[in-house]
Amino acid sequence: MIKIENLSIDLPGFSLADIQLSVGRGEFFILLGPTGAGKTLILEAIAGLVPVTRGCIFVQDREVTHLMPEKRGVGIVYQDYALFPHLTVMENIRYGLPYHRADRAGCEARIGQLVLDLGISSLVRRSVRHLSGGEKQRVALARALAVNPAVLLLDEPLSALDTGLRDEIQKLLKNLHQTMNTTFIMVTHDFTEALFLGQRAAIIHKGRVEQTGTVSDVFKRPQTPFAAVFTGFKNVFPAEIDNGRASVGGLRLQLSANHLRGRRHLAIRAEDIHIQPRAAGAAGAVNTFRASVETMLDRGPYGEIGVTIEKQAFTVFVKKAELQSICQPDTDNVWVTIAPQTIHVI
Amino acid sequence: MISCAAVSAFILLPLLQMFFQSSLQGLKATLADRVVLKAIGLSIYTAGWAALISFVIGTPFAFLLARKNFAGKRIIEGIVDLPIMIPHPIIGIAMLGLVGKHHWLGKLIHAAGIRVMGTETGIILVLTFVGLPFYINTVKNGFEAVPVRLENVSRSLGAPLITTFFRVTFPLAWRSMLVGLILCSARAISEFGAVIIVAYHPMVAPVLIYERFTAYGLKYSQPVAVLLILICLVLFISFRVLSLGRARDR
Repeated sequence: MIKIENLSIDLPGFSLADIQLSVGRGEFFILLGPTGAGKTLILEAIAGLVPVTRGCIFVQDREVTHLMPEKRGVGIVYQDYALFPHLTVMENIRYGLPYHRADRAGCEARIGQLVLDLGISSLVRRSVRHLSGGEKQRVALARALAVNPAVLLLDEPLSALDTGLRDEIQKLLKNLHQTMNTTFIMVTHDFTEALFLGQRAAIIHKGRVEQTGTVSDVFKRPQTPFAAVFTGFKNVFPAEIDNGRASVGGLRLQLSANHLRGRRHLAIRAEDIHIQPRAAGAAGAVNTFRASVETMLDRGPYGEIGVTIEKQAFTVFVKKAELQSICQPDTDNVWVTIAPQTIHVI
Repeated sequence: MISCAAVSAFILLPLLQMFFQSSLQGLKATLADRVVLKAIGLSIYTAGWAALISFVIGTPFAFLLARKNFAGKRIIEGIVDLPIMIPHPIIGIAMLGLVGKHHWLGKLIHAAGIRVMGTETGIILVLTFVGLPFYINTVKNGFEAVPVRLENVSRSLGAPLITTFFRVTFPLAWRSMLVGLILCSARAISEFGAVIIVAYHPMVAPVLIYERFTAYGLKYSQPVAVLLILICLVLFISFRVLSLGRARDR
């Protein structure tokens, strides 16, 4: 469906380098990465809105690298919606119709259905200037989908919305994707959105692809230290591995795989580390260590505990109810267990 | 408050003085003077042409400056501002040097039957020269205020670049273009230094005022000046009203 080969874009102060991506027909693909990584630039390159320095872009097996944006069949929805302020809601939605005359009847039917599905029937005559954020987002989606693009590019469509509205629009996007035969490519820096919406993902960092794969794979098995940190691993360390054991500072950890060797990185999720008071007694279990509590933070729905084991710092997440019962700060009366199967080796 | 009063007084006092010094009879006589009306008419006519030419050649150029980055862009923007900084008699002299009979371009123009010195054509040429920067800079700012993303979305929906300009950019920037035209024509109407070098005759209003002042003195030139000021005032009030409309839309 979409293939990007060796794409490079050189701009003053930033470059995309050797981007290789492949997105299947009808897929919901996520571009993940921090702000300034180059995700929006990749979207705009697919849409034909920025000039390409090197490389090729294919949409539906057709090379479009130097094709005009209006000829690519690629729609785009921006974070700030980019509704035409001088037009009404319906005029916005119908904007692309004159350029899709061959499918006029299809577009009209689609517009009628989209207006119903997106719940914007009561807004069609209104000026877009006075719509709420959620309403603008729905109108922007209706406008982009009205012309039945082969690919829909979504540039952080949810970041400007509050939490409740974000959940609502997430479900809407999921429904739209499932009912329409359109490939979605969405940019976000929120991996929980990626987990909910996406099928496959790519992590972009400093203009390069760090990792691609299913969203689950990227989340559970990051391939670089950056990917690990970005997908929420709180404990990422360089380690020396030999005979199924990893040395992290003065600490020796048992791994679940015996065949790995050499200098690598370990990534352990904070929620995968088990912590309990010494009194409960856990000595002798695999990867169980006495630890000193350095910090305890209330993070709202959960607690965050900073511990030190053999001078190596770890971050542990616990249920909020357990926060006070487990330990006190500046004490060494806890035991920490890190199950071998929860240690990911990069 | 003191600063506001000082600036207002600095601008208004000379003008108000001129208004009050002109008698009603003098103003009536000036209004009935065919030479005066012809000069003012010519000023408006030539300034109008200067604005139209600025619109035609300046609009695509302003769009390019607003949307594209290219090597030497800052230098080009500086060149656009040059006519504002150059003393205006120098503009007239430079123009004559270029289109005069001793220059290859002047020879070409002459051979084509086009006359510049002492003609309306010459006046329109120098008025366009002095008014063009005002149009380009105003319209460039207007185009820059239209988010590029709106044009991107338009193109993603199938509209070509030209259509996108007329359906998206122009409806959102037309006020800037109107303001640019007003500024350009207001500047052109008031031009004297360049015009007097290129074309003393036919006389535009500023040249007529100068002639009457040097030949007959203040009393005879003031009514013409008052009339011209009133015309400029109407233009600038229109500019302000349009600016308010633009600010309200924001």
